[in-house]
Amino acid sequence: MTPVATPFFFYLLSGLAIAGGLLVITRRNAIHSALALIVTLLAIAGLYLMLYAPFVAGVQIIVYAGGIMVLFLFVIMLVSLERTAKERQFNRMWPVGLLAGCSLLALFMSVYAKGKGLFVERGPQLPESENTQQIGIMLYGEAGRMGQYTFAFEIASLLLLVAILGAVIMAKKRI
Amino acid sequence: MLSAKCQVLRLMVPVTTIHYLVVAAALFVLGVIGVLTRRNVVIVLMSIELILNAVNLNLVAFSRMWGGLHGQVFSIFVVVDAAAEAAVGLGILIAFFRNNETINVDEIDLLKW
Repeated sequence: MTPVATPFFFYLLSGLAIAGGLLVITRRNAIHSALALIVTLLAIAGLYLMLYAPFVAGVQIIVYAGGIMVLFLFVIMLVSLERTAKERQFNRMWPVGLLAGCSLLALFMSVYAKGKGLFVERGPQLPESENTQQIGIMLYGEAGRMGQYTFAFEIASLLLLVAILGAVIMAKKRI
Repeated sequence: MLSAKCQVLRLMVPVTTIHYLVVAAALFVLGVIGVLTRRNVVIVLMSIELILNAVNLNLVAFSRMWGGLHGQVFSIFVVVDAAAEAAVGLGILIAFFRNNETINVDEIDLLKW
């Protein structure tokens, strides 16, 4: 299958995503971190589009960039202090954390370099136009029958209900 | 010199699964470093979101590699989990901030022995 987008877009989007991630963990102001995280999320949505996953890209933009990030921004406004922006941003053990992260990256890279031949595309590719429909069939089922993931979908709705109750009870002034 | 350049270009031009895996690994490591080093709880939670996004990217890339949709469906479930985690985590953060007037990880040590 000939790709729709050129490799240039891949490098642009992945560069944006990684630059955004770097800004998230280095900025002093939490609002700036949140905005950088939004850039990262949108770039990852573009990468999903390049991977022929338009439904996941839409979910990423609507739920992540539109929902979760607004929640984060509200909480930053509720809890932000002048004091926290002025004091030290990294804890005392930050060289250890940096070392652990870099060694984790080296581990990943060595695994990928050794197993490069394993990651080749195989299997027939589904047409992109049916992507959303097929995901819907897997989640909800078709013609009265349960889909493969219908039960997991119901459990996920239960999880969300519990999370809503937990968040409301946690944020209430007096229980 | 020229041949080395050509080799690099040949490695770069067709974007395969491994390229996405490398990007996801970089994002994952950035998230891990953020969780381990930052003192602001809100930014620690954002780093967790970065980690979950890296996992999602891996899932979708593998789903593309195998030609199925299971990875994409699973990544939607991961998004559901991320939303639940963010809501509960931020609720706990607000409750804690109301009592202790701090959002530094170093100062949240009530359960530390």
